[in-house]
Formats: sequence, C-alpha cells, structure tokens
Amino acid sequence: MRYETFLDSVGGTPLVGLPRLSPTPDVRLWAKLEDRNPTGSVKDRAALSMIRAAEAEGRLKPGVTILEPTSGNTGISLAMAARVLGYRIVCVMPENTSPERRELLAMYGAEVVLSPAAGGSNEAVRVAQRMAHANPGWVMLYQYGNPANARAHYETTGPEILADLPTITHFVAGLGTTGTLMGAGRFLREKVPGVEVVAAEPRYGELVYGLRNIDEGFIPELYDPDVLTTRFSVGPRDAVRRVRQLLDEEGIFAGISTGAILHAALGVARKAVRAGRRADIAFIVCDGGWKYLSTGVYSGDLDDAEEALDGQLWA
Amino acid sequence: MAVEVRIPTILRTYTDGSKTVEAKGETLADLIDNLEADHPGLKGRLVDNGSLRRFVNIYVNDEDVRFLGGLAAELADGDSVTVLPAVAGG
Repeated sequence: MRYETFLDSVGGTPLVGLPRLSPTPDVRLWAKLEDRNPTGSVKDRAALSMIRAAEAEGRLKPGVTILEPTSGNTGISLAMAARVLGYRIVCVMPENTSPERRELLAMYGAEVVLSPAAGGSNEAVRVAQRMAHANPGWVMLYQYGNPANARAHYETTGPEILADLPTITHFVAGLGTTGTLMGAGRFLREKVPGVEVVAAEPRYGELVYGLRNIDEGFIPELYDPDVLTTRFSVGPRDAVRRVRQLLDEEGIFAGISTGAILHAALGVARKAVRAGRRADIAFIVCDGGWKYLSTGVYSGDLDDAEEALDGQLWA
Repeated sequence: MAVEVRIPTILRTYTDGSKTVEAKGETLADLIDNLEADHPGLKGRLVDNGSLRRFVNIYVNDEDVRFLGGLAAELADGDSVTVLPAVAGG
C-alpha cells in the first residue's frame, strides 16, 4: 500500500484470527495488530489526531512547544510527529518506566522530564500541569481529556474493526486514557446492537497507588462508564502469562499490556462457551514486545517476572 | 461467607497495617458494614452518601463492582474483593 508520507500511513492495521487461542469454532478471538503503526503502537492514532486538531484550531503553529504527560507510547508517537512536523516537544514521564521508552523519546528528539515513581501517571499529570501553568505559550495536548484522542478511534479503529469483522460480539481493549475504548466502543455500540465493550485495566504494584490521600485519585475526563459493558483489573502475573501464551501459540510478540487485554478477552470467551453462545471477540494488540525486553519477563520463572514488574508502569 | 478483602496502602491505617482482611457479607454493602465494625472509619473512606466514593474502585474477583450492581453486588463464599484508588494510566 502506498502513502504520500510516513505520518499518512497511520491506521489500517490487520485484524488476524487466533485459531489456537480461540476455544471453539463458534467462539473466536481476533487480534487488531496496532503494533503495525508508524512508531509501533496504537497511540499513533491518538497522537496524530490530537496534533492535527490543535493545528486546525490554530493552537499549534511552527515554533510552538508541545508538552505531554505520558507513560511512554503517546510520547513516542508525538515525538516522531513533532520531529517530522518541526515542533519542539517536552514529555513528562514517570521514572518507573522501561529504559527503552526513554531512549526512544530521546532518539526522536523529545526532552524528557522524569516524574517521581510514587503515584505513577497521576504524578506525571500533576508535574505537566504545573509546567503548563509556568509556560503559557506551550501546548499541552493532554491525552486524558482531549476529545481528538477518542475521536481517532471513533473514526478509524472502530470502523476498521467493523469492516473486517461484521459479526463482532465483543470488543476488548486496555483502559488507560480510555480513548480507545470510548472512541471505538461508542462507534461499535451505535452500529452493532448488543455488542459488549470490555475494559482491561492494568493493576500495578503498590508504589504506583502511592497517593497521600484517596481524594487525589484520577479519572480521565474522557471516561464515560456508560460506554463499557464491564471492566476487569488484571495484575502483572496474568498479563505476563498471557503475553507469553500469545507468543507461544500464535507467534505474536506483543507488549505486556496486551497480555492483560488477552486475559480479559479469554475470560469473555470462556463465558460465551459456557453460555453456549457464539462470539467474535476483537481485542487490541497495543504494541510489540520490543520496548519491554529489558524487563526480562518474556522468559524464565513467572514469580521472577512478577517481581520484576512490581512498582513498574508496565502498561 | 468469608471473603478476602485486599486493602490499598493508603487505607491500611484502618486495618492496623494489614494488607488483607477477612469479612462477611451477602452483598458489598453488607461486607463494608461488617468491615466497619472491625475497622472503624474505613466505611467513610469507601462510601459517601450511600454510593462508592468517586476515586475508589472496588473489584469482586477482578471485575469492577460498578458494573455488577455497585454496593448491591452479590458476594459468594471464597470471593476476593480488591479495593484500589483510581489512578491514571496511558
């Protein structure tokens, strides 16, 4: 397929069947390979959409600095686009993220400000908000509340999945900014009566929940629980077990968050089999495993893998 | 009807530092009332005006109770309940 530029090649990713992981011929799993995007993650869709929207609104002009709190992938997507389009970019990232993410950001020319590990992305958001306040000329795209994030999935991810899988019964994706689930979920609900929209939320180690006060919690402004059918919390052990299973049985080398999503998808599949219902379950492969190799979780003992991820923002 | 309840760090001041506590209850609301009897003050950190506090997430067997009927969610012997503060992902 031909595109005028690299940025134009975002989206249009394959949806592949998983015959070995699907429990029966009537209950099938389908993986949407979002690692096949320009920088290798689903975040390219949201990042490009937010940049284009800010340009259209006149907020983002040549010479302007972009600021974004990110645990990695959104920053990498924005940094690549910023480099190509000629913007300066500053990313605020929690220090408990894999070194590959920091290296990729630096490689694309982003300036990285590390936020404290305790509090995870909450803390990155807080630091970025303080910086935005101190630098009124900068543009914070703010993936957690930017409608252009969810819109990218409403306009592209959702329609692509439906075109490839008109018989879809379930859509399963990760819950971070909530953009993928809100956008694609809303689109699918409008088009497919009875479709179930299932969230898989990573459950981190205690350090990441290190709030001083429970009222310091954070819910992305984009989040609308009415779009979801249900929401599962998936810990690192299940995520690692499933990401290895995806590799062993189907040959797909995915990032750890995809393991959490697959875990929820397999739960949904088991339920459909028990109920004697047919199901076509589409789930998101957020990125490839490359950025997480240094965690060492792709081989060896599961206990060690779980320990290696304790306190890390692995999704 | 014993249910294991996992308590986040920030609320362990109410459980003498315990990471998990056991409690009983036919529903989540019952369970929280029973927890309050053993750990006074905990209920007020979880429930506000008869519903779950905004930044508190509770999961029964890893499923968010807001999609299982909220405080009316039914519990069975051996269920596991996890309490977590809502934090940012992404």
